[in-house]
Amino acid sequence: MVHIKRLQEDNADIISIIGEIDASSSIELDLTIAKSLGEGFKKIIVDCSAMEYISSAGLGVFMSYIEEMKDKNVPLVLFGMKEKVANTFSILGLADLLHICNTKQEAKQLADELSV
Amino acid sequence: MSYQYNIGCSLSNLKGIREFVRNILKDQHVPEIEMSAIVLALDEMCSNLMIHAHHCNPDHLLELHIDIPEHGKFIFEIIDDGSVFDINEFHEPELDNLIHQKRKGGLGIRLVKAIMDNVEYLKRGNKNVCRLTKQLNIGS
Repeated sequence: MVHIKRLQEDNADIISIIGEIDASSSIELDLTIAKSLGEGFKKIIVDCSAMEYISSAGLGVFMSYIEEMKDKNVPLVLFGMKEKVANTFSILGLADLLHICNTKQEAKQLADELSV
Repeated sequence: MSYQYNIGCSLSNLKGIREFVRNILKDQHVPEIEMSAIVLALDEMCSNLMIHAHHCNPDHLLELHIDIPEHGKFIFEIIDDGSVFDINEFHEPELDNLIHQKRKGGLGIRLVKAIMDNVEYLKRGNKNVCRLTKQLNIGS
């Protein structure tokens, strides 16, 4: 099961994923990102430090927004992934398609650079 | 050693599947990264079957069997009586196409094939058996 929280810092919407994202809970991630975009945020940062698990359903949600965010010039940056979760992204080669940082500070900096 | 878990085809049961597999692999001293990958592959296979072969009908059952014939060798079997969903015949889409078409599916099969050593399908009586095998080098 998953809890998703949102808070705003320096004009960025920070989405925190707490728990596990699978085929049953990925819809919550999808709705949260859609809401953030719908509210007009120009930078979206995803805190993955409390994410324990993600399956392809959750990865597919991130993938499905890549193009829309590019068109809208809204950077999506993920940070703080545990090694076991990062491994799932790297098996699929998604680390090259998504922006992934170690710390929140790095993620905010990268989002600033990308949104210029 | 062998273990069995019967699951109704509801996506809310995926968490229970992950816990079942995780606990067994933990007892076998499988390192966390390998354990997470195997748990993921079984979650993907079961959710594929639940969605595509059983349309998430919770009255339909999957049987998950785990057999450990020798230390470090794992045989996972998912047994059901729905239509066969053979991932070996499914052409996985390119990542670029997934992004372009904004599709949210198709990644799971890629993950399963990358994680498991072998994925095969058998018939046992009226049942379909999807057998996944994985050999790990783990200390005793």
